[in-house]
This record gives sequence, structure tokens and C-alpha cells, in this order.
Amino acid sequence: MAEGVLEIGDADFEKEVLQSDIPVLIDFWAPWCGPCRAMTPIIEDLGKKFTGKAKIVKFNVDDNPITPGRFGVKAIPTLMFFQKGALVEQVTGMMAKPKIEELLNSMIG
Amino acid sequence: MDSNIYDLVIIGGGPAGLTAGLYACRARMKTLLIEKMMPGGQIMITDWVENYPGFPEGISGADLAERMTRQAEAFGLETAYEEVVAIRPQGDVKEIILADKSLFAKTLIIAAGAFAKKLQIPGEDEFYGRGVSFCATCDAPFFRGKTVVAIGGGDTAVQESLYLTKFVDRVFLVHRRDQLRATRILQERALSNPKITMVWNSVPEAILGGEKGLAAVRVRNVKTDEIQDLAADGCFIWIGITPNADFIQDTLARDSQGFILVNARMETSVPGVFACGDIRNTPLRQVATAVGDAAIAAVAAEHYLNGF
Repeated sequence: MAEGVLEIGDADFEKEVLQSDIPVLIDFWAPWCGPCRAMTPIIEDLGKKFTGKAKIVKFNVDDNPITPGRFGVKAIPTLMFFQKGALVEQVTGMMAKPKIEELLNSMIG
Repeated sequence: MDSNIYDLVIIGGGPAGLTAGLYACRARMKTLLIEKMMPGGQIMITDWVENYPGFPEGISGADLAERMTRQAEAFGLETAYEEVVAIRPQGDVKEIILADKSLFAKTLIIAAGAFAKKLQIPGEDEFYGRGVSFCATCDAPFFRGKTVVAIGGGDTAVQESLYLTKFVDRVFLVHRRDQLRATRILQERALSNPKITMVWNSVPEAILGGEKGLAAVRVRNVKTDEIQDLAADGCFIWIGITPNADFIQDTLARDSQGFILVNARMETSVPGVFACGDIRNTPLRQVATAVGDAAIAAVAAEHYLNGF
């Protein structure tokens, strides 16, 4: 896994996302999803850029069906932004990097 | 400022844009490709391409996109990940306006492509990502063993419905006419596939559901006006495409659907500005036609630059 990006699953979702002290961007993806693969460099770049300020997390929906089910995620890539355990924003489909950064920055405040 | 003027700026990084970039770099034109997301365009979400020559076993759209990108970059294509807000194409130097600055070029190739049209019916936006999808390769596995509705009758609708059958138990393929428009080989495969049930002469009226997501798609038979709710977990929409042309506004001549009008040399209504691929008015939108268009556009741009 790239530096600055955390790979999590159902087991550590609660701890790493909901209980995080800093804002979290979670990228729901799977290996069979072309657009998800295309998003990877963006996510990795954000991981480096936001180190310590926001947590950038990848979540493989293939290996971990419970959390996507809980949030009704039936399309990927889906990006979710969490702050203090609450879902702030949910975006399905590819999202341009400047828009992601803007959202993260607004959450960091 | 002169040194900052590109010979060519290409807007869009799908098969057309990447091919134009390949040709332009080999012609040693100072070229920049502007892509708002990531290279590949619509083929990124195409599960399987088997009508592009050179790949006898077929190739996944994402792999083809990656190969095209690598090939263009091998000849030195430079890419900027920016969104074009507007263009000022008149005159010898064309201005490309981005969110925070402008770029300048002597020629311009517009290859910004197109995106999936929406149905514009109730529930479509509400359930997008919670059952409504435009991308089978992205989302089909969420519907393993389930029933889904697919809307459309062209190549994309039929090809992607066939792909869905690898995961789902049943696909209702809803089409407004009594026969498919898709190419024959795809029609034959769909009509003989036991998992695909055709719903002829029907149009979707609403997407229904609740807290748990999508539950049914309401369709109306256009001949009898009969309404039925097709119980399903997902709805895939493939009813055609619309051009990515907001940034063009009225700077170039376009047809009634917004596609850019060009001649056989891919020249638009403004000298030095060319358009190719899905964004131009064309009778066929395929990878094979996009790359052909793009080669013509790049060479035409080179000739324009050299005063031929």
C-alpha cells in the first residue's frame, strides 16, 4: 500500500473511521472496477498531501461486504467523507482531485 | 509569452484525444493534452472491447485505455489534469480558460467526448449509487444473484446487459421499440440468453424504493399504456450519450443535440479548431472511429500550422 494511505476492512471501520480524531476520506473500491483503478493515483497523492491532517482510507468492497451494505453503497467508486464519526458527504462516481481537496480542506477548517 | 504558446492543445484524454496526442508528438508539435479526470474516457467503464482490431481475444476497456495512454506518453505527450471552463477560439492564438489561468495555443483539437444520458424520471437521482447505475463493470457484482432492470436497446445497453448476466439472476431489458438497435451479433446473444427477459415497447416512468434502496422500476407500455412495476434491486441506464460541450457554449457550430459540426478534415466552423471522436456529429461512436477521426484531426492541425 502506498505511503499515507491506510487500507482497512469491516473489522477496523469503527476504529479507523468513526472514532478518528481527524477527518476521513474513505474510498470504496474493488479490483474489477476500472474507474476505481483510475482513481488510485489521486487517492495515493492525497494520502501524501494530507498526512496528519486527514486520514485517507481505501476500503475493498469485495473482501468486506458489511460496511458497504450498512451505507447502501451499490456503486463504486464511492467516496465518503467522515468527520467526528458522522458522514459529511457521499459521492458516487469519479470525482476530480481539486473538488476532493476542497472538501477535505473545508473539513479540516 | 510567445514561448508559452503551444502548437496544439487537445481537450479530452479518451481514445480520440490520446490518438491525436500520439500523432502530434510524432510530428514534433509542442502539444498539451488537458484531461479533467484521468485518461481513458468512456472505455474506462466498458467491460470488454471486442470490435477494436488487433485484440483477437478482446480486451478490457481499462486495459485498452492504459495501453493507449502509455503509447502516447512514450512519444512525449504531456498531460495537464485540469478542467476547461471556456474557450476563445477565434484568431491565430486560441485561449483555453481553466479555473485559475488561461493557456494559449495555435491550434485546438476538441476530443472531450460524451457522457451517459439520464432518464430524467423521478427516483433516478435519489437512488443513484443505491441501485441506479450507468456502469456495469463498476457495479454488477453488487447485484450477485439479484434481479436488475436495464434500459436501452443499442450496443451499449445490450453488451452491458450480457455482462450483467455473469452476476445477476435476471435482467429485464426495457426497450421502447419492438426490436433492438444493437449490432446483430449482440442481439443474437441477448435474445438467446436465458437470464435476459425483454420488455418491449416500454419506457421507464419512475424508479421506486425506500430506505433500503431501489425496489422497483415502473414502466409503461407505449402501445397499451399499461403500467407495471418490475421488482428489482438495481437499474442500469444506457439510453445514449450527450456531448461534454458546456465549455464550448456558442463558440463553434453544433447540431441540435450539441455535437460539434465538422467537415471530412475534422475542421470546425472556426479555423485552426478541430473536433474528433464522440463529441463531433458522427454516424458511429466507437473506439475505431474515434481514433480514425483523431489521426485526421492531428494531421489537419499540423497542416494548418505549417500553412498548407
